Amino acid sequence: MRARPGVRARSALLGVAGVALLALVWELYKAVGPATGVVVGGVTVLPRTSDLAMPHLVTMFARLGDPVISTPGSPMLWSAVVGAAGFTLGIAAVGWIVGVVVGFLLALVMQRFRTAESALLPWIVLSQTVPLIALAPLVAGIGSQVRFGEARWQDWMSVALIASYLAFFPVSIGALRGLESPDAAHVELMHTYSVGWWKTLIHLRLPASIPYLLPALRLAAASAVVGTVVAEVSIGLSGGVGRMMVEYASASSGNPGKPWAPIFGAIIIGLVSAGFVAVLGLALARYRRGEVNA
Amino acid sequence: MTTEPLAKPAVLVEGVGKTFDVGRGRSAGTVVALDDIQLSVATGEFVSLIGPSGCGKSTLLRLIADLDQPSVGDIRVFGKTARQARIDQDYGIAFQQAGLLPWRSVAANIELPLELHGIGREARQKRSAELLALVGLSDFADRFPDQLSGGMQQRVAIARSLAESPELLLMDEPFGALDEMTRERMQGELVRICGETGAAVVFVTHSIPEAVFLSDRVVVMSPRPGRIVGIVDVALGRTGDRDDDLREASTFFASVKAVREALHGIPAAAITGVETR
Ligand SMILES: Nc1ncnc2c1ncn2[C@@H]1O[C@H](COP(=O)(O)OP(=O)(O)OP(=O)(O)O)[C@@H](O)[C@H]1O
Ligand SMILES: [Mg+2]
Repeated sequence: MRARPGVRARSALLGVAGVALLALVWELYKAVGPATGVVVGGVTVLPRTSDLAMPHLVTMFARLGDPVISTPGSPMLWSAVVGAAGFTLGIAAVGWIVGVVVGFLLALVMQRFRTAESALLPWIVLSQTVPLIALAPLVAGIGSQVRFGEARWQDWMSVALIASYLAFFPVSIGALRGLESPDAAHVELMHTYSVGWWKTLIHLRLPASIPYLLPALRLAAASAVVGTVVAEVSIGLSGGVGRMMVEYASASSGNPGKPWAPIFGAIIIGLVSAGFVAVLGLALARYRRGEVNA
Repeated sequence: MTTEPLAKPAVLVEGVGKTFDVGRGRSAGTVVALDDIQLSVATGEFVSLIGPSGCGKSTLLRLIADLDQPSVGDIRVFGKTARQARIDQDYGIAFQQAGLLPWRSVAANIELPLELHGIGREARQKRSAELLALVGLSDFADRFPDQLSGGMQQRVAIARSLAESPELLLMDEPFGALDEMTRERMQGELVRICGETGAAVVFVTHSIPEAVFLSDRVVVMSPRPGRIVGIVDVALGRTGDRDDDLREASTFFASVKAVREALHGIPAAAITGVETR
């Protein structure tokens, strides 16, 4: 199951090749595609190739090295993007952690009590059908009435809450499957040792759940990032890449490279979060060994 | 066989029957897996259960291990209820599948029952080293199960079942998945281990030579409903003293013949050396 060094190098190479191919297709279409785009029966199926709609890749990257706005003292665009990405990543991380904890606790309760599984599982699945855009203002509205003593509910907390709302789902489903994954033979072995639920959990169910948990954590990280960005836009929280995308897109008619900057920020966030889960997976490698075949 | 009147048998099965409910609704019914089983296994005695598939061998073993409860009858393990014997950890168990935990090293797998029962690290390591030597895997302590062959995994499982020095071993076709050569070697090792530990064994198998080679007595069962049709006394001497030469001996073939005839339903009275109950 573990990738050998050669395999790893190969997949890294393929990844780079994929990005290069994407860049090539972009520039190629821009060079040969019609300026008005490809329109079939009134529907635009391929975008216009003007510099505004599809700037050169070079333009996008070059713009990162210029100040955000032309007034003196304005920071470089790239540093603004990195700051915004850090802000969004922080909120997404909070949402991820809350989502993972809640999702895992739900899975534990469902594994422990059969009735809890049949009572909770339909609601958990149903929860994900509520559209995010509808939810965000609602959460912010309710949140604004919440106080803890002196401290007030902050808008970023609403965003993190929405991120966790998306993140808990894959974790609860994945963890439940993982906790229930041990063979009957292993469960019976623990029974012959006459140990209870808790020790069975620690020594059997938890370790066995890790191969199921890791993909769930990766999915939860992606969901938390998407949830954070969308909720930033929807609630109107500035400081992160979500708001930055909206601002730059509307105020940049003569500035085609600028709207792409926050998108690079979002890509950075995605890479960092995926990398974090990958490192977690490496640390837990011993729990991902192939099943024993006697 | 001379038994001290006070010594409690390792296993005493009295009038045990087991029925399973199967199916639902209109197709619901019951399967009689075991019917009126009487069996006594003395301390230190090696008893094999043999019979066609579905005759209830595994079921009987699971009842003794308290992994399931009999529908009627009573099971005593060292004079206690099966449940109490399980709680007191009076037996070790090994199945057809080695059932090792893939994330634990070989040594850690053997130490699992000790760890679960709160034995300290040093004592655990000492015990697993002993057991690894016993099953001839000392060089593999730090390997993981997926790095071992099937036979090695099975030896680890047997070492694990011996970890707490049980006086009773329950084994359900532990060599079922092995090739003939590994199997014979493992049989030799099991015979040696039993000689060294003095544990009583209830051993389920499909192989007549295996049952005869290993056992003091072979219990022959028939299916639907699962019943004991004969018990063959194997007069080959103490289990611990047996070696591979025995496989060629004429007494060995006589016992094999007796078990085969019991399996194929020749009236028990016509077979010498077969005691029916
Ligand atoms: N959990 C169960 N539910 C229903 N029926 C069962 C169950 N376990 C066993 N049986 C039935 O009981 C009978 C005996 O099964 P058992 O597994 O003890 O046979 P066995 O002698 O071990 O067979 P094999 O040699 O194939 O392992 C079979 O008819 C089987 O279908
Ligand atoms: Mg069986």
